[in-house]
Amino acid sequence: MTQDLLYVSTRKGLMMYERNGAGWKLGDIAFRGQPVTMALPSKDGRTVFAALNLGHFGVKLHRTDDAGKTWTELQPPRFPKQPPSPKFPPDPNDPPPTPSSEPKGPSVSAIWAMAWGGPAGHVWAGTTPGGLFHTTDNGVTWRLVESLWDNPERLRWMGGGTVEPALHSISVDPRDHNRVAVAVSCGGVWRTSDSGKTWTIGSNGMINDYMPPNLQGDPVTQDPHLVVQSPSSPEVFWCQHHNGIFHCADDLKTWKRIVGAPVSSFGFAVAVHPRDGNTAWFVPADKDQTRMPVDGKIVVNRTRDGGKTFDVLRKGLPQENAYDLVWRHGLAVNRDGTLLAMGSSTGGLWVSDNEGDAWTNLSAHLPPIHAVCFA
Amino acid sequence: MAQVIFTSHLKHVAPAEPVTGTGGTVGEVLADVFTRYPAVRGYVLDDQDRLRLHVAIFVDDLHVRRDALSHPMTPTSELHVLQALSGG
Repeated sequence: MTQDLLYVSTRKGLMMYERNGAGWKLGDIAFRGQPVTMALPSKDGRTVFAALNLGHFGVKLHRTDDAGKTWTELQPPRFPKQPPSPKFPPDPNDPPPTPSSEPKGPSVSAIWAMAWGGPAGHVWAGTTPGGLFHTTDNGVTWRLVESLWDNPERLRWMGGGTVEPALHSISVDPRDHNRVAVAVSCGGVWRTSDSGKTWTIGSNGMINDYMPPNLQGDPVTQDPHLVVQSPSSPEVFWCQHHNGIFHCADDLKTWKRIVGAPVSSFGFAVAVHPRDGNTAWFVPADKDQTRMPVDGKIVVNRTRDGGKTFDVLRKGLPQENAYDLVWRHGLAVNRDGTLLAMGSSTGGLWVSDNEGDAWTNLSAHLPPIHAVCFA
Repeated sequence: MAQVIFTSHLKHVAPAEPVTGTGGTVGEVLADVFTRYPAVRGYVLDDQDRLRLHVAIFVDDLHVRRDALSHPMTPTSELHVLQALSGG
């Protein structure tokens, strides 16, 4: 029997769940007590990247090649030093720094996305502030994708939930690994077809209702909370946006807002069925001012027809006094669409083995859950 | 030579016992220590080699808040690298 592996990135460590037929159980906990923002497992679970965001000591990156028995700390993605850049150590003969001479270059403050890049050892990583990084040696060395960072339109990006723009979505096209789409809060969707050499905007049709009227349709300042690409119909993308659910069926040329989603169209997470681009799941939350379940009831919205209709799934989920928010990486589907997992801001963890019809609670007492994913 | 003491929170990358470093400033002394303990560098400095926002430097019991890396050191100075409580 194959083993199902579920990685739960939490404020207090990476919780590794496994199912062997006898049900799910919590196996090892890596980085106990440390905030883990993201995990990226290989298909067999032997290699796993874990991104940490230590409160005092910055962003760290680790990799295991033996399914979590041992971890190696890697040099995390780093922005190149930019002028005015300080000497280290400072030259005592230099004049003391002034506000205008203080270094203002960027520094990675979180890893918000990771994706396998096709060839062995190739991985993409997205960061705050708005950086995309690439490695071709399994994370030993990382290169800033300067073509996106240096795009003049990037200067119009804004923070969204974070002070600085956050690159949180990376979709590597199953037809061609050189085609990669990324999404940024608040910087819209961007697409490269040449492995990061050149970029085009891919968020036409999205609408930010909160912007001044003339800027609501500006593709460069959209706030897509998460964007996913259909593995089976790669021209199809789904987006849980700050202002609703958006659907794209033409390979990032145009997006259309889906109206009529029940409960709420606000939320952060989205997952698409790996074998059916018309099937996607969302976790609605009350409007952006409150960000908690509507009426204290946790539900999942599922469409099977490309957003025309939705099922509201609630079996096994708390239906009173719930304050769980599912953050953007808190919902995941496995590689064949037979398993879903969902983790919340207040430490609730659920799985479903029937496409969301019913959910099983694995824990109600985990630390805040940043991300869930299957091997 | 100046004494450098790292918080026990960094024990997996930094020396557990006080170490010595040479230099006329905090930055120079740390640079000297980092040559022997390179893994600790990224925990203390950010991508631009600035002192991380939530790392606190004390020199001879003085909390050095501004231009910490340029702060002068003497051969008998004692430098503590701590986590600032601002970081949670």
